[in-house]
Amino acid sequence: MDFFALFDLAVLDGTVRLATPLLLACLAGLFSERAGIFDIGLEGKMLAAAFLSGAIAATTGNAWLGLLAGIAASLVLSVIHGLASITFRGNQLISGVAINFFAAGLTVVVAQSWFQQGGRTPSLSEGGRFNPITWIGADGNGFYSEVVSGHSILVYGALLCVPLTWWVLYRTRYGLRLRAVGENPASVDTAGVSVIGLRYSAVVICGVLCGIAGAYLATALQAGFVKDMTAGRGYIALAALIFAKWRPWYALGATTLFGYLQALSLRPDILERAIGVKVQVQLLDALPYILTVVILAGFVGKAIPPRAGGEPYVKER
Amino acid sequence: MDRMPKWADIVLIPLISLILAAFLSALVMLAIGEDPIKALGIMIQGSVGSSYAWGYTLYYATNFIFTGLAVAVAFHARMFNIGGEGQAALGGVGVALVCLYVPWSHWSVALIGATVIAALFGAAWAAIPAFLQAKRGSHIVITTIMFNFIAAALINYLLVKTLKPIGAMEPATAKFPEPTHLPNMHDILGIFGIPFSRGAPVNIALLLALLACFLVWVLIWRTRLGYQLRAFGHSESAARYAGISPTKIIMVSMLISGALAGLMAINNVMGEAERLVLNAVEGAGFIGIAVALMGRNHPFGVLLAALLFGVLYQGGAELALATSIPREMIVVIQALVILFTGALDNMVRMPLESLFSVLRRKPEGAK
Repeated sequence: MDFFALFDLAVLDGTVRLATPLLLACLAGLFSERAGIFDIGLEGKMLAAAFLSGAIAATTGNAWLGLLAGIAASLVLSVIHGLASITFRGNQLISGVAINFFAAGLTVVVAQSWFQQGGRTPSLSEGGRFNPITWIGADGNGFYSEVVSGHSILVYGALLCVPLTWWVLYRTRYGLRLRAVGENPASVDTAGVSVIGLRYSAVVICGVLCGIAGAYLATALQAGFVKDMTAGRGYIALAALIFAKWRPWYALGATTLFGYLQALSLRPDILERAIGVKVQVQLLDALPYILTVVILAGFVGKAIPPRAGGEPYVKER
Repeated sequence: MDRMPKWADIVLIPLISLILAAFLSALVMLAIGEDPIKALGIMIQGSVGSSYAWGYTLYYATNFIFTGLAVAVAFHARMFNIGGEGQAALGGVGVALVCLYVPWSHWSVALIGATVIAALFGAAWAAIPAFLQAKRGSHIVITTIMFNFIAAALINYLLVKTLKPIGAMEPATAKFPEPTHLPNMHDILGIFGIPFSRGAPVNIALLLALLACFLVWVLIWRTRLGYQLRAFGHSESAARYAGISPTKIIMVSMLISGALAGLMAINNVMGEAERLVLNAVEGAGFIGIAVALMGRNHPFGVLLAALLFGVLYQGGAELALATSIPREMIVVIQALVILFTGALDNMVRMPLESLFSVLRRKPEGAK
């Protein structure tokens, strides 16, 4: 048994890489759900963003244009979700489900007709990707150079989003209103603030963050889009959001934990060395979901969602 | 209250939603440089053009009837069971276990045994999310999504580690023994002297699905339990006041829902594949959502919608063979149907309601 193998630098490095899209998507969901709009369409938005960013980065050779395209794709789906759940007061869960399928199908259909490579985009060249940034003095092979340094700008940007989200949510007037509209929209309405405007703004922020998350998958984590490349990350982010009880710093913790589990499941040998028992990979894959169910069951602290979540606001009764 | 005639609510709104979805799908096809009219022709020819094509269409429709009914029953109690995928997968595990390890003498006995087990396994997989919803208030949508993933991991483990025959490479169980093979439509219709394609996978499970439709109709509209279910779905507080136990309704509706989803395994695992493979459900659990929405949660509507999706699914497969339109086009159509019938329902309903109110006012003014 070698307990310290659990902190193997390669695994920690993988944790940072794999936690980043989860973190971005989790924060995206946080904005939306704090404003009272349930969003199980995180997965679809990420997937659409991953595809369009991969496609644009491949055709222009510019990762930044790819990022913008990814955000645009995600925003389109966000606006559809907003229309369905805010303007037309439809069922937000069903809308999210539809968006997930829409993205899953359309990305492959368009990718196939655009690139003829079986539903994927061409591999990205050097300029089409966000390349790792090497920090000053990071030339050894310690924690600093392996785990802290050597990630793309999107990783550091995602980490900065955590304090930023916290600040917006708890230290600005907008944040106060956003949280209020998720708990008691009538009070916000009485105060003369537009419930619809606030909710749309939250949905748009959610779209931007999902867009970055998707672009990260296609242009930083991997070199190009492949079919279904989000692989359930949107749902894991949703799980992390519940795990984090809809709070930004907790979201960082939850997504890091889930990212760590993903990184570990890629290296079963390390886990076996660490605890001396062979653990099934499938158990590691399922662990984020099992943990979420346990949390939801309220056995480890109670996760209480925003009170007005999922319900369309009707002004007059 | 009654802003629209009933027929408009039941027929017109789904029809308009469907037309909108079809129109957008046609636009997508045009955008990728394909002819939507030609595509429609290929789809119809490929799905209902021969008894072989019908055999596949009805096979898929059978799957969708089970998962559509599963979603519909839960919807009546205002439970959104998104976990049909996992429940159907677990039903498959149950069917595989009884077919492999019980020495059945005849397919009819095996069918009864497998039906019971498939329903039990499906219900069991729905039981935990249902219990957590009823007793701990955990949101059923999130927990059933999580259980889909847990089911996928579990089945992956079972097929790779325990159920796979020794020495086999592919993660699948052994072929089920001969006495468990269900008669297909060729055999059944052959008794009456009606010719039907031998190769098509539609089998006796279709009859089981039709029976399930009827039983669900009886349950929802002709029994006390069904009344309680619908009352709970309309207003939880009113149901509670009338002495209906929320815990009981949540548990019962989800158990029935899970059982129906689990029964799908009779069709795809026992009837068609005759062994359990990875990802045997192939998204049918999710299509059940579209089918239930489209069919307005009524068993007869579910039956029609399942047929429609059977046509789409089989037609889409033919389309992928004949043209360069990939199979995923079906997923796009499915998504649009869910979007328009489920989420953007009011977008269709609001203008229609005002149209009908205008139409109604006119004759009164003429008097």
